[in-house]
Amino acid sequence: MLRRKARRDRLVGLFFAGVVLLDPPLLNLVNGALLGWPAPYVYLFGVWAFLIVGVALVGRVEGAR
Amino acid sequence: MSQQLIALVAIAYLLLLFAVAYLVEHGTGRLSRLTGSPLVYTLSLAVYCSSWTFNGGVGVAARSGLDFLPIYLGPTLAFCLGPFVIRRIVRISKANRITSIADLIGARFGKSGGLAALVTVIAVVGLVPYIALQLKSISSGFAALTGTAAASIDKPVLLDEALWAAVLLTIFAMLFGSRSIRPGEHHPGMVVAVALESILKLVSLTAIGLFIGYGLFHGFGDLFTRAAAIPSLAAVLAPPPGHFGVGWMTQILLAGLAILCLPRQFQMLVVENTDERHLDRAFWQFPAYLLAINLFVLPIAVAGRLMLPADTDPDNFVLAVPLVAGQPMLALVAFLGGLSAAASMVVVETTALSVMVCNDVVMPALLRIKRLGLADRSDLTRLLLWVRRAVMAVVMALGYLYMRHDSAQFALVSIGLTSFVAVAQFAPAMLGGLFWSGASKVGAIAGITAGFVVWCYTLLLPSFVQSGAVALDFVANGPFDIDLLRPYALLGLAGLDPVTHSAFWSLLVNVGAFVLVSLAGREHPVERARASVFVSESSDTALIWRRTAPVPELMSLAGRFLGRERAAAAFTDWARTRGLDPEGATLADAETVLFYERLLAGVIGAASARVLVGAVVEEETIGVDEVMRILDETQRVIEANRQLEEKSQALEAATTELQQANSRLKVLDRLKDDFVATVNHELRTPLASIRAFSEILRDNPELAATDRLEFLRIIVAESERLTRLINQLLDLSKIEAGGAFPAENAPVDLVRVVRESTAAMGQVFAGAGVGLDLSVDVDPALVTGDHDRLVQVVINLLGNAAKFSPPRTGRAELRLRQVGGEFELSVADNGPGIPPVDRDVVFERFRQLGDPMTDKPQGVGLGLAISQRIVAQHGGRIWIEEAAGGGALFKIRLATRPVPIAAAAMPA
Repeated sequence: MLRRKARRDRLVGLFFAGVVLLDPPLLNLVNGALLGWPAPYVYLFGVWAFLIVGVALVGRVEGAR
Repeated sequence: MSQQLIALVAIAYLLLLFAVAYLVEHGTGRLSRLTGSPLVYTLSLAVYCSSWTFNGGVGVAARSGLDFLPIYLGPTLAFCLGPFVIRRIVRISKANRITSIADLIGARFGKSGGLAALVTVIAVVGLVPYIALQLKSISSGFAALTGTAAASIDKPVLLDEALWAAVLLTIFAMLFGSRSIRPGEHHPGMVVAVALESILKLVSLTAIGLFIGYGLFHGFGDLFTRAAAIPSLAAVLAPPPGHFGVGWMTQILLAGLAILCLPRQFQMLVVENTDERHLDRAFWQFPAYLLAINLFVLPIAVAGRLMLPADTDPDNFVLAVPLVAGQPMLALVAFLGGLSAAASMVVVETTALSVMVCNDVVMPALLRIKRLGLADRSDLTRLLLWVRRAVMAVVMALGYLYMRHDSAQFALVSIGLTSFVAVAQFAPAMLGGLFWSGASKVGAIAGITAGFVVWCYTLLLPSFVQSGAVALDFVANGPFDIDLLRPYALLGLAGLDPVTHSAFWSLLVNVGAFVLVSLAGREHPVERARASVFVSESSDTALIWRRTAPVPELMSLAGRFLGRERAAAAFTDWARTRGLDPEGATLADAETVLFYERLLAGVIGAASARVLVGAVVEEETIGVDEVMRILDETQRVIEANRQLEEKSQALEAATTELQQANSRLKVLDRLKDDFVATVNHELRTPLASIRAFSEILRDNPELAATDRLEFLRIIVAESERLTRLINQLLDLSKIEAGGAFPAENAPVDLVRVVRESTAAMGQVFAGAGVGLDLSVDVDPALVTGDHDRLVQVVINLLGNAAKFSPPRTGRAELRLRQVGGEFELSVADNGPGIPPVDRDVVFERFRQLGDPMTDKPQGVGLGLAISQRIVAQHGGRIWIEEAAGGGALFKIRLATRPVPIAAAAMPA
């Protein structure tokens, strides 16, 4: 039960992290270029990948047990 | 490329897909095993990526950079919460055999046919633009590939590629989605075909992206660097400060809701889910797919802007870039990718819509028309199929008409978003209904209706303006020039783009009406009970609704919609799990009725199933009092339970008491045995000596006179001892039987008692050589009771003191004094004393200290027992302490007799 709750809390945490990171005003802070690539492009896909890996890891921890 | 070749390739590709689907459903080989794979499930969810993604995404990227992304970030965020939201939807839907989102919302609110029909109508109206989008995309892709004019609105209808695309897709949708009626609306062939299409979509976009990055440019860094040098592209690569705003957030929200509310997503995510565990992987794999398919959208868009003439439609960049680069084969792959995207969307969407319209609008209506006699027809599966096919054709026709009429001016994405706002209207009722048991049916109807009306007014209606169906100044000035009613600036809310504006107003009105009406309305208790059962994910609804029906009738009913064999097989399976005999059952109980209702719901939807089953079922109409009674009964059971618990606790306590009593009884029993043995022994000893001396006297007449006298003295003494013993025994039993108080209830002066006793015992002390000191501190000492009995007690104590004090050096002391409201009599000696452990047991009958085997008993063993009982009967206490010299100190306390003041004042 505790583990399930911990898992739920982590996912809710990921959700809110995603909401904050993928929306303005934080999103508007990213600008310019990164090694020739547009910084917002790199930033958005980076955060996106982070969310996916996060969800996968939380699910994997659950599955492994 | 020639039109014929491309059309042939497209048809061949669709036929290939159909062959795969057919083999999956009918074959036994590897293909049919694909249906249970979690990867296929995940890929089938990618039906989300329609032409909007494939062609429209690049279009948006070419115009304004990263603005295409919210449509995929929304589902990603929604899937973060998937384990609670999506899993719950899937569980509830499985338990209730839900076949569509209209079915789910209708079933949640009391299997309401009206609500399900409302949702269905909105879904059809809302999705027509979305289907039009796919047709437009195919036709313009076809045009781009063949180099003909793109604007199909000017063409004669029969020469319009979009019409042929629509016809072709309709046929395929019928082949995939309505070939047969299956319980639970599973379409495994369609799922596998869509999964294949998803792979092709991903592969072709990735191939084009890599070709641009490494075939046309020196890596993506080179591409971006070159683009950055061109001022007109700066906005695409680096958005101006503050670029992302409310519109971005609204699109994330809309997409997050759409992934749950779009009929085709619901179909794939919930209805086609064969195993709940597949969700675990899909929760991260589906967002990963979305990320992968969008990875090269921006590079393709930038390359298109760099390479293509300015007047090229950005929605066609995916095809145009390979063509310009001289790669017609790659362009063909891109076309097939776009075709896959459009075809999978159209097939699944029309299938889902046809199920909704058929189950929630057409069939309930047809079944209600008694004249048609549909409920009595023996086989309705064919009718169901044709209704669905007709619905598909109508939906496609509407989509085509919308496209012809309206959409030429709009980019793909803005058409798609129009549909997103429409389906988002389902979200409050669905999510609210699943997590809030207070949500009411009226609230749901009010919310959905209000949101839909606002959507029509602020998005759908204005979209007809440019085609001339609505007056042009309607948007600019509002109806009848009322400024506040301008559809793009309702109540003066200007400054938002139309989609954000509409989403804000429609969802605000929707949620507001839903919540307010739910809160304000007094919900019927029956509805509330249904809601809580539905929300609790449990499948025990049968216990509440008591319905019975003959099994054969239910069986034939199910047979009409599923086919006889399928219905029989399903019932046999089910009966086996419940341990019933499928042949023997004649009258179905409530659970069996529910099973049939759910079985039927899997084919024709919950609302229709309820109507049909209701026709053959005898349902006890369950009124408020009935619900109250059930609740009452539950309450009573709980109460009885509680009482039972209390009783069992009391029983437990009684048991421990009984056990204690039992062990006490066992001790007493042992004591009784000891008592009998002792009495036996005590009586026999004097008797034996009396008998022995009497025999000596009888047998020896010549005995000397002194001897004779001595023997006679012994006989007398022993007789006296015997008499005393018997007296004491009688005394004891009399006292024990006597109750709480002595027979005499007179004033007794303890001083007299003490003096009488010492006088009586004087000889004994003298004989034993023990000194006796007497000290009386109070005079008189009046108590209430029996004088003689108290004398008996004191004599007994004095006798013990004389007996146990050492001869010659022995000293005993009798003392009488007042302690508070009591008089205390104490008798001390300087004998061996009584160890603390024995101080209680000496008051038991025949309890004599010392080893019974070696020590000669020094008394009968009844004296202290009698004394204790007498004292107790006088309301006093007797106990033993250690005397100053180590001997025993007996103490008695008796309450003083209340004395009149006059008497107390009298001199003694």
